[in-house]
Amino acid sequence: MTPTRKRRLIAVLLILAGVGVASTIAFYSLQQNMLYFQSPSELAQQPIPPGRQFRLGGLVKPGSVQREGESLTTHFVVTDGPEEVTVEYVGTLPDLFREGQGVIARGALEESGMFAASEVLAKHDENYMPPEVADALKESGHVSMQSKDEG
Amino acid sequence: MIPELGQVALIGALLIALIMGTLPLIGASSGNQRLMKIGQTGAIAQFLLILTSFVILTWAFIVQDFSVEYVARNSNYQLPMQYRFSAVWGSHEGSLLLWELILCMWTFAVALFSKNLPDDFRARTLAVLGWVSAGFLLFVIFTSNPFGRLIPQAADGLDLNPLLQDPGLIIHPPMLYMGYVGFSVSFAFAVAALLGQQVTRDWVRWSRPWTHVAWAFLTLGIALGSWWAYYELGWGGWWFWDPVENASFMPWIVGTALIHSQAVTEKRGTFRNWTLILAITTFSLCLLGTFLVRSGVLTSVHAFASDPTRGVFILTYLAVVVGGSLLLFAIRAPAMVQGSNFAGVSRETLLLINNLLLVVMAAMVLTGTLYPLLLDALDAGKISVGPPYFGTLFALLLVPIAVLLPLGFYSRWQEDSLGRLLRELLVPGIAALIGGLATAFLLPKAGSWGIAGVAGAFWIMTSCLRYYRQRVSAGRGRRPSRGETGMILAHFGVGLFLIGASLTNAVSSEKHLRMVAGDSFELAGYNFVFEGTRGVRGPNYVADEGEFIVYKAGKRVTSLYPQKRRYANGQVMTEAALDPGLTRDLYVGLGEALNDQGTAWAVRLYHKPFIRFIWIGALLMMAGGFLAATDRRYRRSVTARSENPVADANLAEATA
Repeated sequence: MTPTRKRRLIAVLLILAGVGVASTIAFYSLQQNMLYFQSPSELAQQPIPPGRQFRLGGLVKPGSVQREGESLTTHFVVTDGPEEVTVEYVGTLPDLFREGQGVIARGALEESGMFAASEVLAKHDENYMPPEVADALKESGHVSMQSKDEG
Repeated sequence: MIPELGQVALIGALLIALIMGTLPLIGASSGNQRLMKIGQTGAIAQFLLILTSFVILTWAFIVQDFSVEYVARNSNYQLPMQYRFSAVWGSHEGSLLLWELILCMWTFAVALFSKNLPDDFRARTLAVLGWVSAGFLLFVIFTSNPFGRLIPQAADGLDLNPLLQDPGLIIHPPMLYMGYVGFSVSFAFAVAALLGQQVTRDWVRWSRPWTHVAWAFLTLGIALGSWWAYYELGWGGWWFWDPVENASFMPWIVGTALIHSQAVTEKRGTFRNWTLILAITTFSLCLLGTFLVRSGVLTSVHAFASDPTRGVFILTYLAVVVGGSLLLFAIRAPAMVQGSNFAGVSRETLLLINNLLLVVMAAMVLTGTLYPLLLDALDAGKISVGPPYFGTLFALLLVPIAVLLPLGFYSRWQEDSLGRLLRELLVPGIAALIGGLATAFLLPKAGSWGIAGVAGAFWIMTSCLRYYRQRVSAGRGRRPSRGETGMILAHFGVGLFLIGASLTNAVSSEKHLRMVAGDSFELAGYNFVFEGTRGVRGPNYVADEGEFIVYKAGKRVTSLYPQKRRYANGQVMTEAALDPGLTRDLYVGLGEALNDQGTAWAVRLYHKPFIRFIWIGALLMMAGGFLAATDRRYRRSVTARSENPVADANLAEATA
């Protein structure tokens, strides 16, 4: 092998090794940070063990929002028609959080079956329903609250 | 009647774009001067037509012509005048028209400032730009016509999304698009070079300032977006790794790689194919970004179903641009000559590593952004990729980039010795050590990432200053070139950005709490006193405005007035209040009223140290890009230069 070729070979091997390491880390990190989306009905069919993070989506059940007197703790019920899950959240709620509106909550179930949310999202304008929520509602046959799709 | 003229202008522009895309190409291959000249004329005509159509749409907003559906959906009688302008690009159709207008501006500029180029190359470049424009116009006319009528006419419009009623949002999209579309020039250059089967260093030199300018605009656009998200969304964050943000960040990363690769190709003739690939990739990512954001794919792949024509068109257009140019590359590139050789330790090697790291970073962002879409499309479950994925990988890749960055500009072309480089970098190394120790000592909260970030920043910034001083004294009175000054300025900006990003994330304090008038809370040494709220009225909203007085060590620092606005169309928006400072921002957001009397409120308080460094750093990067683009050597005639190889060699020597 000529010196030039040898050098090129080393360079190519180094690059391959680097790309290999990078993609392994990336893939591992992706696995770690993947959050599944579940509707209350899906949750009822396939329970998720307490403590595992996922995203819960559905409508805020009208009349279910309860604040606790002196703290920022809020309880509300997320429903998709047939099933519902109680959510606890400590913090300020987003501007568009409203009873009867779609929300996505990120967090995990507690042993008691309550969903402890670390983040609550209610995005964009009022016509907007998070697409996962809209799909989940359609699947559970709860079609009365469909999103007006404005693109 | 007038809106229909806008549509006619669009169709006219499409016809011209099609002519621009064909006749000059025929001219270039047959050597027909007259056909080649059509490109220039076409660029001017196309620009004027699109400008007309853009002015007509703007006019419809100014006079509130609610018979135009797009106007009716994005404006109403109460909308203040300045937002009627920004409402033009506030939604899908208008923002595509803005994109097209900016593309025509760039094409026009290319036609104007390319007199030094060989005729056939110039004709091919303009033809490629014509094709890009034609594809885009087809998309606008057939799927996203902004001039569609609403019959019967609406009595009043729906109002512009309140999130977009903000000065930051008036200029953010145009700047971002200037960047996105600006990369079409280096793309057109690459494709034209492939078509003509020749890439000379002179032509790369010609394309460099265009890349610099596009990159600088994109930097500004992204920085504006981040700044806007920070103060307008009311959550105190400056980057969320949201798919929409990622869409603009990917072309920026690859564009940065392109700038560095172009430097090597211009100076040494190496990396030619790589430069072409990067130019193609950057623009492809710009298109991908525009379409991801604009097609609604990101909210859900199923959003395609709501308007299949748009989705199918987008995919076809992307496939033609990306696939076509890569195919051309595959056929033509191997035939092109390579440049001179280089040693293991040399500037070429370091810039190669820079490029690899940046491309890996872009691939990482692309994977995280598209993976959920892919799974969803395959019906394999709905997932989202959390910000920690991006944050961790970004930080990990930033480490080697920061460590190697000063070596990049200290090293010599072709061959260098590691010992010499290490001796040069002794002082920056000591500065990094001092910076890191000082952070650990003064800001114990900073943690390992905070310390590493400041150390890295000192390492980079000291190198920049020292290198610049050496260049000044080596020049014996003659100042370093603008290219070099711009380069140093941009890298100094990277240092400032590092300080801001690492410290803000590590040392910020925040508190969500319930407050009643008279309550106070101490955060990071600042005492926030809540004085209560009062009702205020704006042009198209009513609001509750809170008053917070902030004290530090008993002395009054500032008063902050966050608002909770309710817009005419019923939408509720938080308007955060902040007190900016070089070393810290104080930031208050008003949540919702917690009781019926409206005396108790949910409140968010933030103390954000060094967050301004992030945007100051980005602004320096931008300034560096613009400055480098004005370098004198880009203005010299290309043909005159290539006749003088001796001067060429001298220049390479002088700038090495």
